[in-house]
Amino acid sequence: MNIPADCLYTKEHEWVKLSDDIAIVGITEFAQGELGDVVFVQLPSVGTKVGQGDTFGTIEAVKAVADLYSPIAGEVIAVNNDLDGNPEVINREPYGNGWIVKIKPANFDGDRSSLLTPEAYRDLTSA
Amino acid sequence: MQTPCFMGAGCYDHYIPAAVNAVAARSEFVTAYTPYQPEVAQGTLQVIYEFQSMVCELFAMPVSNASLYDGGSALAEAISLAHAHTKRRRIIWSDAVNPAYRRVAQTVNVAQDIAFDCVQTTGGKQAHDAFSMLLGEDVAAIVLQYPNFFGVIDDLNSVVERAHSVGALVIVITDPMAMGVLRAPGKLGADVVVAEGQPLGNYMSYGGPYLGLFCCTNELVRLMPGRVVGVTKDVDGRRGYVLTLQTREQHIRRDKATSNICTNQGLMATRATFYMSLIGPTGLREIGEACGRRAAYMMQKLAGIPGFVLPHKGPHFREFLVRVPGTAEEFFAYMAERNVLAGVPLSRIGANDDRGLLVALTETRTLEEMNRYLELAHEYVTGGHS
Amino acid sequence: MSRDVRSLQQESPLVFELSRPGRSGYQVPPTSDTLPEFEVPANLKRHTAPRLPEVAENTAVRHYVNLSTRNHHVDKDFYPLGSCTMKYNPKINDELAGLRGFSLISPWQPAADIQGALQLLRDLSDALLEVTGMDDITLQPAAGAQGEFTALLMFRAYHLKQGNARKRIVIPDSAHGTNPASIVLAGYGVTQLPSDSKGLMDIDALKRTLDEDVAGLMITNPNTIGLFESNIAKIIDLVHEAGGLVYMDGANLNALMGIARPGDMGFDACHMNLHKTFSTPHGGGGPGSGPVAVSGKLAKYLPVPVITRKNGLLDWEFDRPDSIGSVHTFYGNFGMHVRALAYIKSMGGDGLAAISENAIINANYIRSKLSSAYQIFLHRPCMHEAVFSGNLQKAKGVRTTDIAKRLLDYGIHPPTVYFPLLVPECLMIEPTESETRETLDEFVDVMLKIDREASENPEMLKHAPYTTPVRRLDEAGAARNLNIRYFNDADA
Repeated sequence: MNIPADCLYTKEHEWVKLSDDIAIVGITEFAQGELGDVVFVQLPSVGTKVGQGDTFGTIEAVKAVADLYSPIAGEVIAVNNDLDGNPEVINREPYGNGWIVKIKPANFDGDRSSLLTPEAYRDLTSA
Repeated sequence: MQTPCFMGAGCYDHYIPAAVNAVAARSEFVTAYTPYQPEVAQGTLQVIYEFQSMVCELFAMPVSNASLYDGGSALAEAISLAHAHTKRRRIIWSDAVNPAYRRVAQTVNVAQDIAFDCVQTTGGKQAHDAFSMLLGEDVAAIVLQYPNFFGVIDDLNSVVERAHSVGALVIVITDPMAMGVLRAPGKLGADVVVAEGQPLGNYMSYGGPYLGLFCCTNELVRLMPGRVVGVTKDVDGRRGYVLTLQTREQHIRRDKATSNICTNQGLMATRATFYMSLIGPTGLREIGEACGRRAAYMMQKLAGIPGFVLPHKGPHFREFLVRVPGTAEEFFAYMAERNVLAGVPLSRIGANDDRGLLVALTETRTLEEMNRYLELAHEYVTGGHS
Repeated sequence: MSRDVRSLQQESPLVFELSRPGRSGYQVPPTSDTLPEFEVPANLKRHTAPRLPEVAENTAVRHYVNLSTRNHHVDKDFYPLGSCTMKYNPKINDELAGLRGFSLISPWQPAADIQGALQLLRDLSDALLEVTGMDDITLQPAAGAQGEFTALLMFRAYHLKQGNARKRIVIPDSAHGTNPASIVLAGYGVTQLPSDSKGLMDIDALKRTLDEDVAGLMITNPNTIGLFESNIAKIIDLVHEAGGLVYMDGANLNALMGIARPGDMGFDACHMNLHKTFSTPHGGGGPGSGPVAVSGKLAKYLPVPVITRKNGLLDWEFDRPDSIGSVHTFYGNFGMHVRALAYIKSMGGDGLAAISENAIINANYIRSKLSSAYQIFLHRPCMHEAVFSGNLQKAKGVRTTDIAKRLLDYGIHPPTVYFPLLVPECLMIEPTESETRETLDEFVDVMLKIDREASENPEMLKHAPYTTPVRRLDEAGAARNLNIRYFNDADA
């Protein structure tokens, strides 16, 4: 199972990675495997303010649907519009081109204490 | 039938070709269940896909579901959708919307805390000024019936524009049998189109089973209630059909489903599909004209009989309101004794109008039957029965 | 066009592809010239005709007859779809529903004209009240989901009358998906309780959640694992003590007739699916019919209209101030009411009791015969359906889906799979009473064969079916590239 070391994780299987003060968010390889073929992602609009743990969208497979929870508080500054016509990229590259939103963090350092380290996330998914 | 039926009010005596019965009686359609295993349900699934395609064509809308329970339930679901989409809680409609549909829509949405404002029509028209006065940014949708409950063909243009300008959805209740002759609601700016599908090859059968037709725009597809069938391919590359967009539905989304409905009126939709295939675009237009011409004839002639008053002017489709001398129930009884079902007294549908009678004319009413109706109406007056 | 060797696996054309301009399957009789023209203002006239197919009658008939052969159906072969009660539908039902005195009457005809129809509805109501032991009934709901929703609206009206609608409805985790969907639509929150280790309602968990916010409990009995809730009297007492009401999802009534009655158990409301227990055909997904029977305390909230007797005639009564309103445009799916009464009358009371007994015997027969190869979820006799887990086959690399798809090659419709959710790799088998021992034995034989195939050639199962009109379909592709109508252009 691919669990990149440079990300932090939620119990709901989102990952978040800080890059130049911007947080990139997606779902994990484990999550895409559980869902199966992703067919649709409902994205928030740019400018949406989210709190840590808030739902910001939904992700749909053929016979499953899951809410997307924000790992951190902040403002959505970009959404991955490529997912519109090409949602399967989440299955292929969950940590790469399958990213979902970019968030300008409100308080990343404060939020990170409630996120899982790669090791903790590995324990969670192999339990 | 020996007793010609001039009753309508949401349920109509159109001719049903024998081929509809012959094909719809096949066990393969009758005794199959919901197409959960698409590999062995391609018959049902393809019929639904053809059904959706035909209903979209009728109403000029991009999306149709596989059908709902009936016209009333389709309106109820349209209102739930409008509430879910706009997050607003007010609906404006008029007394020209079928009262039975309104009762169902209010009952089904009672827990959503929605306010329903009812506009009084003038001259049978869904008064645009009254709608406009009530329209504000708290309105989830306006509901217009076209042709309306009294058979009047309303021009909806200005009220549709006004509703859109405040962000309200426009729900149009229409009639499939009028779609060969009247401009489709999709071309009038409707966001959701609903209709009773019974006239498409289904018997009156004392009120059911019927089917609700339901169409919406692409923007609303993920909020749409009910089943929908889509095209795909199998592993060998053959074209095939499956239930799709299932994540909207209760068996997956449970408490977050767009609706609790988990079936369609499969066999009724199957009948409607055969019916539309048989009559084709020409048949639909000819039936529409036959209905409209009969209504015009009866209106013209009844207006000439003393004591009969036609409160609504202008073009009607298949049905019209007449105020008869005495009460409508007395007139109905007089006609029934003479083997004519003369129409639906408005009092029977709870309207406060003892004299009002809705008279419906399908293509099955002959000139002889209409003339007999008129003769009897004349006798009713001259014979001192009123 | 040239014709190839025919096989059922040949792609079937769409009716639109058979269309040729000017053809028609129906001739509208000409309208007399003496009638005025149909005048419509130009802006309301249709200028572009809907692109309905243009085909001759025999083209249309052949097309749909050919399509029909691509369906599995009860009249063709075994259909043990759990919780759906796919029993044989006696043909007399359809013949009687087709009588002109039923099929050609308008819902607006005055009572005096249609005493026969009203008497039929009264007789069906009485029969269903006898089966359920309840006090009053509505036949209006057009399906089970609408029935349960109707009952919830009555719960709401009842509580509002006591001064407080309350906030939550409790369901077990084995509930049908319609339950939570209907609860939300009725304005309530959903509290889902885990089942206990025996697959039944956890009484302690129920006690913990019951308070003055709980409007009621919805429970399927027998439940979706095919087990009778043995503590049902206690459960109902607990909810009643907390001021709540109890609803029985009657989807599985086929196991109870003549054996136990929801009214006697103390339920306040229950729906029944005429399309399951009372043999009305499923029609490819409808029409159904979901009457709701209630106890006396809910009677005044029933939907309008209700049947009453006025001046010696049966008639509809609308004037019921406490009624929730209406859930159907007219009186429900009358054609299904005719069929259900035909079934009840032809079976008689003893016949209905025998139906439930045989449904239970058949399910237990399958349960016992398959237990050598398939993992029984709970080791106790079941009611009308037997629930297995496909875990043993999963260990061989074969999922429940694969077993289901392989059954199609043997001409048998698979059981319900992956429901209830709490059973891993679930297979829920409901044989119904109407199958012979030979059919059950054949099914058992096929299931055992598939288990052997799972051991010997799991890869083969993963690509089944091979013999059906189409093979496995790309459902993800269908959802990603939505194509839900033939004329996919802006002009629609």
